[in-house]
Amino acid sequence: MHNQFQIQGACLTVMLPAELDHPAADRIRMETDRILGRCYIKTIVFDFQNTAFMDSSGIGMIMGRYKALGMRTGCVRAVNMNDYVGKILQLSGLYKVIEICGRQEKPETRKGEKNGRYE
Amino acid sequence: MEGTNELVLTFDSRPCNEGMVRVAVAAFCTQLNPTLEEVSDVKTAVSEAVTNAIIHGYEGKIHKITVRCVVEKRSLMVEVRDNGIGISDIKKAMEPMFTTKPEQERSGMGFTFMEAFMDEVSVESKPGEGTVVYMRKTIGR
Repeated sequence: MHNQFQIQGACLTVMLPAELDHPAADRIRMETDRILGRCYIKTIVFDFQNTAFMDSSGIGMIMGRYKALGMRTGCVRAVNMNDYVGKILQLSGLYKVIEICGRQEKPETRKGEKNGRYE
Repeated sequence: MEGTNELVLTFDSRPCNEGMVRVAVAAFCTQLNPTLEEVSDVKTAVSEAVTNAIIHGYEGKIHKITVRCVVEKRSLMVEVRDNGIGISDIKKAMEPMFTTKPEQERSGMGFTFMEAFMDEVSVESKPGEGTVVYMRKTIGR
């Protein structure tokens, strides 16, 4: 659990679990807000590398963290999604407000530049 | 009935049951030889309906939820039933981004996802009596 949250400077990386559903979203919300209250965080990166499943509870949690960080452009990023999670993010409209990157190695890649999937 | 197969699950409205239920329904629908994407679609839709029953229907209190699935030919029917507070305005509840619980960071996308991932979604509800969500999906078209 403790490795799930990594802080580098003002950037918090959250390694999301295999299933990002209602109970998992509640846990991550609590822990992330605890860190936000304790540390100076400007950016949150949600890493979906291990995530096979997500529903609208995950969308609500990510949207809430975007609000918590002041809704600044680029304050929340999503990386390493599989096709299914990408589809859920797209359907939710969340890709309009968060930066979606295909791979974590290139966090500066803008949405749509990688393969055009999330335009 | 000849040619159909039915699964009925009744469980407590605890969030920890959500994963078990969607996996059970997904396993049940494998008899239709679905693609991985179709399995994910069913899992997400079931998760949305069950989460709604837990958060909105029973508002966190512990009561029973019943999920009934019927496989007939190429189609899967899923019915999610609670005896909770019900929905007074179903049309409003099904609008994208509409939620009665923004303070809990609900996205208001539950019904939108159910409609996106299943072929048919319909809702019956009576305030004070409960809600039934019916969903149908044809597998392997």
